[in-house]
Amino acid sequence: MENASHRYKEFYVKDFVISALMENCLGFNFSTRNDLHGNKCGGGGVMLWRGNLMEKLNQQEFSFLSYGRELKKPLHLLELLKRTTIHGESNSALIIGPRGSGKTMLLNHVLKELMEVKQVRENLLQVHLNGLLQTNDKIALKEITRQLQMENVVGDKVFGSFAENLAFLLEALKKGDRDSSCPVLFILDEFDLFVHHKNQTLLYNLFDISQSAQTPVTVIGITCRQDILELLEKRVKSRFSHRQIYLMNSFDFKQYLRIFKEQLYLPAEFVYKPFVQKWNKNVQSLSEDRTVQDVLQNHFHCSKDLRSLHMLLMLALSSITVSHPFMTGSDLLEASKLCRMDSKANIVHGLSVLEICLIIAMKHLNDVYEGEPFNFQMVYNEFQKFIQRKAHSMYNFEKPVVMKAFEHLLQLELIKPIEGLPVRAQREYLLMKLLLDNNQIMDALQVYPNCPTDVKQWATSSLSWL
Amino acid sequence: MAAVCAPRARGGRSLQLRLARNSILRLPLGDCASVVTSQRAGLGLSRGILIKSERSLTEMCVLLGEFVLVEGENADQPFVAKLLKLYEDGSQEKHAVVQWFSRITELPLNKRKLLQREVSPQEIFLDKAPGYDTDINVETIIKNVKVIPLAPEEAVPVRSNGKQIFFVKESWDGKCFKPLSPGLLSELKEAEKNKKVGSPSPLTDCQVFPSDFICSLKAETDRVTRSTVKTKNIQMEIESRHSASKSSLSKERHSQRVANGINTPGARKKLQLNSPSKSRNKLTGCDVLELLGDDCDALEPSATKRKVTFTKILGSPPKISRTSGESDSPLAIRGDWSKLAETVRIAPYRRGQDSSPKAKNLDGKDDDTWHLNGRNEEEETEERARKSRKTTKRAAASKSNSKSDTNLAEEQELMTRSPVVIPRSHRKCVQKTTALIAEQLHFLNISEQDREDDYLPSTDCSDSSSSEEEESMMPCTPKRKMRSSTTLSTPKSLRKPSDIISAKTPRKTNLLLGFEDFDFSLQPEPRTPKTPRNATPRIPIRNQATEKPANVLEEARLRLHVSTIPGSLPCREEEFQDIYNFVESKLIDGTGGCMYISGVPGTGKTVTVHEVIRCLQQAAENDELPSFQFIEINGMKLTDPHQAYVQILQLLTGQKVTATHAAELLAKLFSTPGPKRKTTVLIVDELDLLWTRKQDVMYNLFDWPTQKQAKLIILAIANTMDLPERIMMNRVASRLGLTRMSFQPYTYKQLQQIISSRLNHIKAFEEDAIQLVSRKVAALSGDARRCLDICRRSTEICEFSSQKSASGLVSMAHVMKAIDEMFSSPYINSIRNASLHEQMFLKAIIAEFRRSGLEEATVQQIYHQHVALCRIEGLQIPTVSEIMAICSRLGACRLLLVESNNKYLHVRVRLNISHDDVMYALKQE
Repeated sequence: MENASHRYKEFYVKDFVISALMENCLGFNFSTRNDLHGNKCGGGGVMLWRGNLMEKLNQQEFSFLSYGRELKKPLHLLELLKRTTIHGESNSALIIGPRGSGKTMLLNHVLKELMEVKQVRENLLQVHLNGLLQTNDKIALKEITRQLQMENVVGDKVFGSFAENLAFLLEALKKGDRDSSCPVLFILDEFDLFVHHKNQTLLYNLFDISQSAQTPVTVIGITCRQDILELLEKRVKSRFSHRQIYLMNSFDFKQYLRIFKEQLYLPAEFVYKPFVQKWNKNVQSLSEDRTVQDVLQNHFHCSKDLRSLHMLLMLALSSITVSHPFMTGSDLLEASKLCRMDSKANIVHGLSVLEICLIIAMKHLNDVYEGEPFNFQMVYNEFQKFIQRKAHSMYNFEKPVVMKAFEHLLQLELIKPIEGLPVRAQREYLLMKLLLDNNQIMDALQVYPNCPTDVKQWATSSLSWL
Repeated sequence: MAAVCAPRARGGRSLQLRLARNSILRLPLGDCASVVTSQRAGLGLSRGILIKSERSLTEMCVLLGEFVLVEGENADQPFVAKLLKLYEDGSQEKHAVVQWFSRITELPLNKRKLLQREVSPQEIFLDKAPGYDTDINVETIIKNVKVIPLAPEEAVPVRSNGKQIFFVKESWDGKCFKPLSPGLLSELKEAEKNKKVGSPSPLTDCQVFPSDFICSLKAETDRVTRSTVKTKNIQMEIESRHSASKSSLSKERHSQRVANGINTPGARKKLQLNSPSKSRNKLTGCDVLELLGDDCDALEPSATKRKVTFTKILGSPPKISRTSGESDSPLAIRGDWSKLAETVRIAPYRRGQDSSPKAKNLDGKDDDTWHLNGRNEEEETEERARKSRKTTKRAAASKSNSKSDTNLAEEQELMTRSPVVIPRSHRKCVQKTTALIAEQLHFLNISEQDREDDYLPSTDCSDSSSSEEEESMMPCTPKRKMRSSTTLSTPKSLRKPSDIISAKTPRKTNLLLGFEDFDFSLQPEPRTPKTPRNATPRIPIRNQATEKPANVLEEARLRLHVSTIPGSLPCREEEFQDIYNFVESKLIDGTGGCMYISGVPGTGKTVTVHEVIRCLQQAAENDELPSFQFIEINGMKLTDPHQAYVQILQLLTGQKVTATHAAELLAKLFSTPGPKRKTTVLIVDELDLLWTRKQDVMYNLFDWPTQKQAKLIILAIANTMDLPERIMMNRVASRLGLTRMSFQPYTYKQLQQIISSRLNHIKAFEEDAIQLVSRKVAALSGDARRCLDICRRSTEICEFSSQKSASGLVSMAHVMKAIDEMFSSPYINSIRNASLHEQMFLKAIIAEFRRSGLEEATVQQIYHQHVALCRIEGLQIPTVSEIMAICSRLGACRLLLVESNNKYLHVRVRLNISHDDVMYALKQE
C-alpha cells in the first residue's frame, strides 16, 4: 500500500519519458518519411529504423526465448487456463516476481496463445482488475459486474448498493455449474493491494467460488511481493490453491548481452536492406566493444530489470540522426551517464555561491554534531565564522538575504524540517536535516562552475584557516 | 372493557373488534379495517366480524364461512383462510378457527410441478395438509376476500380489476393435488352466494359508556389553576397514561408480550396495542417516517408511494414531508390540524370508546360512534366551545414540543427529559398562544401525573373530554386558520404542521410497519427499484460443452478438486452424528437452539453441516421428520454485519428491505406464533465477521432461538474455539449456550482416507505418494484443502514428465516437487537472482547492523557501508539515486521493510528475513 504512490510514479515517469521521446522521434520520422519516400538511401531510412527500434523497445514484444527463461512456466500457466476453459475446472494461481521480471508479459503471452484456440476464444470471459484502480471492494465489484456485462448493467453504469451488487454477483456465480456456464478468468494486477481491502471479502469470495462447485473461475493474481501469502487471512489462504509461479531475472551477463543485441537488431524484412545489414553488423561490433561491455556490465550490476535496459537503449537511440547514423560506444556511455545521474547532486550545480556556502556550513555542522538536526541560526553562525575568517567583504550578506537563500534550499528539498515538531516555531529555530550526503556535496563542488577557491577550501575542511 | 385506539391520521381504516359482552376492542391498524363481531350471547361465540374501513367509510362484515386474509410472515402475501368459527376463551382472547388455503408460493417447490400447469397467482388451494394450526387470533385477520370456487374444468379467469379475488379449484393434502369434491364445491358456492346477500353489518348492538369514564371537568380545571407551568413532554405522558390504563384485553396482551420477552419501552407501548401483531417491537425511527408518509397520504392519494421511500431513509429529518403539507395551503393545513387534533386526543380515545374519529367528524351520521358517547353528550355540547380552544392549545403545545425533537435519535431522549421549548415571540397572537400552551401543558402534566399515580376514575375525564375536543375541533375553523397563519409567519414560535406530525409520531408509530408492506400488494407499483427490475443474476452459458476427462490422471484431478462433493464424508462420522442428533431433536420438539462449531480452516465444518442438512431434508421428505426451512448466511459474503438481517429475511420471505427494517421484521417474525410456520434451520458461517461493537447482530441471532415461538435452530460456524469467550459479551455468549463442537485438524491417516475415498479405486497414485502428502499436510496444518491441492498439482507434474516415468502413476518424486513448489520460501531464490549491487546492498545492511548493533539503519548509513564494500570489490560506486532505486526495488519485493516517506537519505530500513538466510543465500555463489 505504502508503495503504491512510488510504483505509480516509477511507471509514470518512465512511460512519460518514453512516450515523449517516441512522439518526438516519430513525429520527426513521419515528416522525413514523407519527404524522402522515394529515396532509398536518404536520412529518412535512418529515422525510420530508429523509430522502428524504439517501437520495438516500447511495445516489449520480445519472444519468450530471448529471455532465457525456462519454458515450463508459460506452459504451466497455459495448461492451467486451458483446463479452466475446456474442462471447466476452477483454479487459482499467483504470479510473483520483482518489478520488470515479465509477469504481465507472461500472462499476456499466454492469453494471446490461448485465444488462438477456437474453443477457448468462444468460451472464456475475462475480468481484468488492478489494485491501483479498484481501491476497494465496492469499486471492484462494480467493475466485475460491468466487465461481465451482467443484467444489472445499463450502459456503462452499474446500479445498486454495494451489498446488492455483492449478493447479485455471488448469486450469479452460484447459479452456474461446471458443465454449462462460461468460465470466468479473473486477473488481479497488483494483487497485494487487494489484500488490504476490508475483510478481504473479494478475495475470499473469489477463492471460495474457485473451490466450490459453482461457475468455473480461475483467479490469477500478479504481484511483486514475496510475502504475499503471509498477507492472506487464514480462511482466504486456505481457499487459495497455493499455486505460485515465481519469475526471476535469472539470466547472467552473457545472456544479458544477447538480449542487448536482440533488442537492437533490425528485422531482415526491413525496407532498407543494405542498411539493415550495416546496422546489424554495427550492433555486433558494439557488443564486442570493451567500453560498451563495461557500460552494460555496470548497468547489469545495478539492475537486472530489462526495463532499465530499454531505457538506456532508448536514450542512446535518440542520439541517432541523419549525420550520425550508427550507434557508437560513446552514445551508450552518454546514455548511461544520463541514466545513473544523481538527481539531488544535479540540483546543487544550479545553486548560487551563497547557497553553496550554506550547504557547506550544514555539512560542517553535520560533521561536528554527527548528523543531529540544525536550525537556521546555527547555519548562519557557521557561515559568519567563515566570512570573518576569509571573505570579509565579498560574501557579507545581510541576515534576511541569507534567510532567503536558506528558504530556497528548503523549497528545493535539499533540507527538510524534522517531523513531529510544531511548525509554528520561529523560522530561524526550526530544526532541519540535510538531505545530501558528504560525498554528494564534494562531487557536486568538483563540477560546480567558477567556484571560489576559499569556498572550496572551506568545504574540504572546516579548519582550513588554521 | 377493552378500548384501545389511536385514530389514523390518514383516514385509514381503524380496526374495531367488538366481541361479546359489550366489550369493544378497537385496533387502529395501518390499513386494516374495524372488525366487529356481531355478538351472540352465551359462551362468547360470535357470528362474524365487522370490518369497518375508515378511509372509504364502508363497512364490511365477515361472517362465518367467509374467506379472510390472515397476516403471515410475508406481509405482501397474507394467508387466505375460510372463517369457520369465532369464539372467546376464558381469558378473553378472541380466537377464530379457520380452514387454510394455500397460495402456490406457499407450497413446497418440488411439489409444484405435480400440478403440471401454469398456476395463476390468484389461484389458491384448499390446504388439507396436516400440521398447521387452524386456531388463530382474531386480530390477525386483515379483511375479507372474495374466493370463487371453480369446477375442475373451468379455467381461472384473468383478473381485470384491481381487487383481490382468489380462485380455488383443487385441494392439497401435503402429497398431491385433488380436484374439489362436488359437495365441497357446492358448499363453497353457497357460501359465496350468502356473502353477497348478507353483507350489511348487523351493528345493532351498541355499547354505552360506563359513567365512570366521564369525569367532571371541574376537577380538571381545578388542577389547571393550581399548577405551575411545568413543561413535560405530552407525548410521554399520554403514552404512559395509555399503558397504565389498559383495558383488560390490552393488559392481557401486554402481559403476553412480556412473557414473550419483548421488552418495549413505555413510549411505544401504545403502538403495540394499536396494531395487533404486526407492529410489535418496532423502532421509533421507522414509525416516525411512516407517519410522515401517513400524513402525505391524507393529503394526496399518490403519497402512499412516498411513504415507502420514507421508510427507507431512516433518520432523515421529518421536514421532508413538509412540501406536500405546505403546498396545499389552507386545505393542507387544515388536514394537518385535524390530524393534530386527533393525535392530541389519543389518550382519551382509548377509554373514550369506540368513536372512530374522522368518520364521525366528517359525516356525523355514523350512529354507532355517536351513541356510544351518548351519556355524556350533554356535557359534550356544553363544553364544546371551551374544549375546542383547549384542543388547539394542546395542539400548539405539542407543536412547540415537537420543535425540540427534529431528530429521531433525539426524540426518545427528549421524551424522557421532556423539555418543552416555550416559543419566544413578541407578536400578540403568539404570546397568547404561548400562554395557552403553557396552561394546557400544565393541565396535561398534572392529569398525567395523577393517572400515573393511581387509577382514579376522575382522571378519565380528560379522556372523554378530549375525545370531545377533537370533535369540536372541526367547526372552529376561523381560529385554526388564524393559528395556522401564525405558524407559517413565525417559524420560531410555532412549528410547521408537518413537524407536529413528526413530533407526535412516536405515539402513533408502527401502525404501519407491517401493513405498509401489505399495502404493496394492493398498489400497482411497490417501490422504485434500485437495480434494473427483473435482472436475473446469471453467467452466460458456454458455447461448447466441457470435455470429459480423457485419462486416469485427469479423472483423478477432477475427483480431487475441492469443489467435488464426495458421496460420503469419511473421518467426520462422529461430528456428523452429533450435529444430526442435535438438529433432529430440536426439530422433533419444535423448539429452537444454537450450536457453535469451531475448527481451523479446511477441517470440513461447512461441508459436514451441509451434509447433515441434506440428510435431514431427505428424512423430512420421507415424512420421518417435520419439514423445515433451511437458510444459510456467510459472514464473509456480507458487506456489513447488519446485512445479515437483510439476507435472512430475503431467504425466509423473499422481501427486500433495509437492514434496520429487516431486523424489526425478523424480530417480529420470531417472536410471534405464526400459524403456518415451519422450523427454520439457519447456518451462520464465519460467525466472527458478524461482530460489531455493540454486538447487536450476534445478540439478536442468538436471542431469537430462545423465544418459544421462534422455532429457530442456529448452527454457527467459526474458526476459533474460544470465540464466545474472546469476543462476545457475556450476554451474547450466554445466549449462544454451551452446545459446542470443535473439529480437530485431520490426522495423516484421516487425510489418507479422504484422498483414497475420493479417488475411489482409480489407480493414479502410488500408495507411498499418498502417504507422503498426508503426512506432510498433517504436520503442517491438517488442512484437507491443501492436501487435495498438492495431489492435484502432483498429477499435473506427473502428466508433464510422464514421458520419462515408467509406471505413469504419481510417484513420491512428483509429490515432493509439488510440495516444494507450494511451500518453499521464495526469499533465498530471489536474493540469488538479484543483481550484484542489490546483493551488495544486503551485505551492506548486515554490515551496518553489525556495526551499530541495531536492527534498523538509515539509507545514508547503509550507503557508506555500500561504498566501502564497492571499494573493496573494485566495483563502480553507484550514485545515491541508484542506491535509492535499489532500496525501493528490494522494498517492493519485501526483502526489506522500507519506511514510506520522503525522507530520502534518512529513510529507515529493516531486513524482512533473518541474517542467516541472507548470508546463506549470498555465500552460495
